[in-house]
Amino acid sequence: MQRREVVVIGAGPAGLSAAIEAAGNGVDVVVFDENDRPGGQLFKQIHKFFGSKEHRAMERGFNIGKDLLEEAKSLGVSVVLNAVVLGIYENGVMNVVLNDRIEEVKGERILVATGASENMVPFPGWTLPGVIGAGAAQTMTNIHGVRPGSRLLMVGSGNVGVVVSYQMVQAGCEVVAVIDAAPKVGGYGVHAAKIARQGIPFFLSHTVKEAHGAGRVEGATIIQVDDKWKPVPGTEKHFEVDTICVAVGLTPMTKLLGMSGCKMTYIPVLGGAVPVHDRDQRTSIPTTYVAGDVSGIEEASTAILEGRIAGLAIARSLGYLEDGAFLSRREELLNSMAGLRDGPHGIARREAKELINAAVQG
Amino acid sequence: MRIEEHPILGTFEKGKTVKFTFDGKTMEGCEGEPIAMALRARGVIIHRYTTRRNEPRGVFCAIGRCTDCIMVVDGVPNVRTCVTPLREGVDVRTQMGKGPERMQG
Repeated sequence: MQRREVVVIGAGPAGLSAAIEAAGNGVDVVVFDENDRPGGQLFKQIHKFFGSKEHRAMERGFNIGKDLLEEAKSLGVSVVLNAVVLGIYENGVMNVVLNDRIEEVKGERILVATGASENMVPFPGWTLPGVIGAGAAQTMTNIHGVRPGSRLLMVGSGNVGVVVSYQMVQAGCEVVAVIDAAPKVGGYGVHAAKIARQGIPFFLSHTVKEAHGAGRVEGATIIQVDDKWKPVPGTEKHFEVDTICVAVGLTPMTKLLGMSGCKMTYIPVLGGAVPVHDRDQRTSIPTTYVAGDVSGIEEASTAILEGRIAGLAIARSLGYLEDGAFLSRREELLNSMAGLRDGPHGIARREAKELINAAVQG
Repeated sequence: MRIEEHPILGTFEKGKTVKFTFDGKTMEGCEGEPIAMALRARGVIIHRYTTRRNEPRGVFCAIGRCTDCIMVVDGVPNVRTCVTPLREGVDVRTQMGKGPERMQG
């Protein structure tokens, strides 16, 4: 059995940031990731980030990803790819698939930073080839340089929907419309405005009635919904498209946490079932920490800060940090976080996080 | 379907061009890219047909989670083509239902 001081699961923004903060304080860290490249979804994010300079605002996700990887490497963090963690058992022991073998690894501390998976909305025809997740679309265009199709309909006007719509335009696809069952655009105004400036129409209070096609998507019919989400007959509109992108939210990937016995709670604004955790990102299992989307859907910038906080708290719990140094650094990180959990989109998340933090005692 | 010049990302670093077969037809793709991307770049988006209703399926998540894009690769069924790198000479086939039975032993 391999023994490590800290095992981080997931080499996205949260996991890498935690690894950097912990390793920077002298902790031995290994990061496992099931993918064949690190960075999580950061390398697909080609838009500029928001926030202030300390939050890396105006920088694009892939550059932040490159910097995190280099920093982790320079601190001696080992990032192991193609490594699938199957389960976490008692006393920090986990099974990891490495080179087609299952190995036992024990972490004195474990940080779960597994991110999120995409939600789906089923409609007649939703299984046709050509109906894809918005994440799939941006993986194709921004990582592999392949267009998902030529004409596409975006379902969902949250940040993912509007950001990926614009990315599809940048990739040379035609976006015929962005639709949302809600009566308001869900994403930030800045991103939505970019779509509007392209002349792409928004159809709000609309849902997909059906995807058509013989063997693959050839068209989509949308329909208006009333204030009780019921389709209004006679309001159908038809689009000839070869691709329908679905961007209807994310769900934290908490399976490893749930099976290992972490106390969970259900908070819709954070994406559903999330692990209860304290301000140091520690779960109900004292040696297990969480950071990033798995602990509640937010953004890459908040994931980075949560990772930093978790890494710092782990280093302190292992005795690498004096209380004074810990408290002042944590103060700095929490202040920075307060700047991100602000404004109309951020306050609801801040309040939800405070609820979760309070639930630790309960 | 390939993006030649991206306004933000410029050109993509791809592996060398390799030949492979799709349902017996020779095709070209870039070494190391996912098999599913090589197929999509050639307009192939049907990867398999379901067992009971014989319905077509293709790439859905593109990151190895949903398993909708599975195909028969070098005789092995249920290979997630969105996360399996393309290699020279690989034999890729549309999967019918659960695919061919594996060899014994």
